[in-house]
Amino acid sequence: MSQVVIEVNNLGKQYRLGQVGKTTIVDDFKRWTHKIQGKEDPFLRIGEENDRSKKGNSDYVWALKDINFSIQQGEVLGIIGKNGAGKSTLLKILSRTTSPTVGEYKIKGRVASLLEVGTGFHPDLTGRENVFLNGAILGMTKTEIKKNFDAIIDFSGVERYIDTPVKRYSSGMYVRLAFAVAAYLESEILIVDEVLAVGDAEFKKKCLGKMSEVSKVGKTVLFVSHEINAIKELCNKGILLENGKLAVAGNIKHVIDRYVETAKQKLAKREWMAQERPGNDFAKIDFVKIVNIQRQENCVFTFEETVGIEVGYEILQNNLRVNICVAVYSNTGQLIFMSFPEKELVKTTAGSHSIICWFPKELLNIDWYTIRVNAHTFYPTNLIFDLIDVLQFEIISNENKIILTDYEDKISGVLKIDCKWELTSN
Amino acid sequence: MQQKQDWDIIVRPHNSLFSINLREVWTYKDLIFLLVKRDITSVYKQTILGPLWMFIQPIFATLIYTFTFGQANLSTDGIPALLFYLIGQTFWNYFSECLNKTSVTFTANAAVFGKVYFPRLVMPFSVIISNLVKLGIQLLLLMIVFCYFYFSGSSMEIQWAYLSLIPFFIVLLGIFSLSLGILFSSLTTKYRDFTFLLGFAIQLLMFLSCVVFPASMFKGVTNKIMMCNPVASSLEAIKFILTGHGIFSMHYILGGIILTIVLFLFSLIVFNKTEKSFMDTV
Repeated sequence: MSQVVIEVNNLGKQYRLGQVGKTTIVDDFKRWTHKIQGKEDPFLRIGEENDRSKKGNSDYVWALKDINFSIQQGEVLGIIGKNGAGKSTLLKILSRTTSPTVGEYKIKGRVASLLEVGTGFHPDLTGRENVFLNGAILGMTKTEIKKNFDAIIDFSGVERYIDTPVKRYSSGMYVRLAFAVAAYLESEILIVDEVLAVGDAEFKKKCLGKMSEVSKVGKTVLFVSHEINAIKELCNKGILLENGKLAVAGNIKHVIDRYVETAKQKLAKREWMAQERPGNDFAKIDFVKIVNIQRQENCVFTFEETVGIEVGYEILQNNLRVNICVAVYSNTGQLIFMSFPEKELVKTTAGSHSIICWFPKELLNIDWYTIRVNAHTFYPTNLIFDLIDVLQFEIISNENKIILTDYEDKISGVLKIDCKWELTSN
Repeated sequence: MQQKQDWDIIVRPHNSLFSINLREVWTYKDLIFLLVKRDITSVYKQTILGPLWMFIQPIFATLIYTFTFGQANLSTDGIPALLFYLIGQTFWNYFSECLNKTSVTFTANAAVFGKVYFPRLVMPFSVIISNLVKLGIQLLLLMIVFCYFYFSGSSMEIQWAYLSLIPFFIVLLGIFSLSLGILFSSLTTKYRDFTFLLGFAIQLLMFLSCVVFPASMFKGVTNKIMMCNPVASSLEAIKFILTGHGIFSMHYILGGIILTIVLFLFSLIVFNKTEKSFMDTV
């Protein structure tokens, strides 16, 4: 039977917020006096849950706490969670670039961590020299690299440039070569952090293919990504982190469902106090709300209802073309569409304005979506504010009987469009 | 009960003080080799004179020293001034560059260390080895100059009996600088104050290491204090072996060895403790 290759017990990592300065030396001293008296570290008892949006009372937070899980050989584990949930911290600890504050973990086999591609690439060295150097940094021996060298060059597709310094490479070639080295690592466990977010579409596909190939030959992969689609495709197991704690672990579909559910927030309006309004000297945003056709705030719509996004903003200078842009993303982070107002609606006078973007109805499939709102000026182009994931709305089916949460029952696809079908028989 | 597994790696917040895994460093010998190769080849890329720069720098420094200190009529222990300063320069450069480069191990490599694990000691070791290679090349220059003076009849006597000790002094200087370097690099990860200290400390240390003047210039207690510095006693010994002029004292050399070993072990412990979590504070 397959055996456990990674076992994590009560892992925790505490960080101190703020700058290194006089208070840290005082804390260090306290810690030391407790240690020589044989007492427990006084700062381990304090520390709060890591929620970055809330103001805390303590300088110490637990980026990770009470993490327990184990991975069997050949499993591809996806680690998901919102920004700041502790995903990268967990990977850093498992790849030994930093040590845990409490708890322990055990690993069987060689570990290669790809928290970044091209670690240690030296711009002045040629591609060939860098392949060897990078491979060695990632833990390969020279003979192993030599053995795989041709395959690496072949996979990267930069054969022609292999004896040119990598500083002359295009960024794409650089990444290709770097990933190729990583793809041929001979270690049993791979730790991968969103390296797939680079390169062109074709190469991304190649990388994903390589990754699933790697897991088929019995290697264990730990994979962190924001792209739920990539995770769904690659992984068979998953863990979900929420504010540094393990929320759920197990089958990947189950974990993703849970993640999607928690990411939903029933909020139809975001407002900012005068002092905290996002923006710059050109303009500031007052509020964003999701409204229905009667201009009432709402965030759950039926398929037949019209969704509107209302943006209130203030232009602070005259003769400035402030253009508002609204974009809709699927819950897996994919951009579905974006929209700008037509030219006549772009305000140029100082003062408070409010603008509504109406989406065409009967378009978006039954699911939930997130909105991004940004504003910029023209000539010169200048981003005034950019609010990613500012609000969310849900499209539900209009049959009142059930709200379809199980997306396997609904028609697939981002859009739900009534197409005209025509049948001709003769 | 599950059968006991044989884990390859067990990571806990605190390991014992002496869990220094030199065997692990050995498994990364290929990396050390490649880093040395990188250090040597990348420095002189896109230069026309290339490795010739390794000669130009000590030549100019020696000429300037010979001129300025010669004007000041400083003693050179009876060794031709040019040779005296070149010997001092060559070995001092080796020492100070090892120290300078190893003292930034953590801060300069933070980007790599933050992404990949390998034994952190690999980096300072590779620095020492690449500087050894550089020293080897610079010794060629020293040999040429030495032969010139030797055969042109200066009053020098090579101490053949001790000649084989020179590599030993080179290793001693290397380990001493490595120890100081990794100690400083560990201290600077959290509190950067030490960077400033080291910057001028190296400059001042040169004047306490018998590089530009011989130890015989000082008498009594000053001389004794001076010779307690392993760099000074090593340099004096090297000068003595090569020319017959200088102080070759077993007491000071033994003292230097003991000091180096103690410092080395201490630095290893500090380095080992720091490397585990320096990413959080660097």
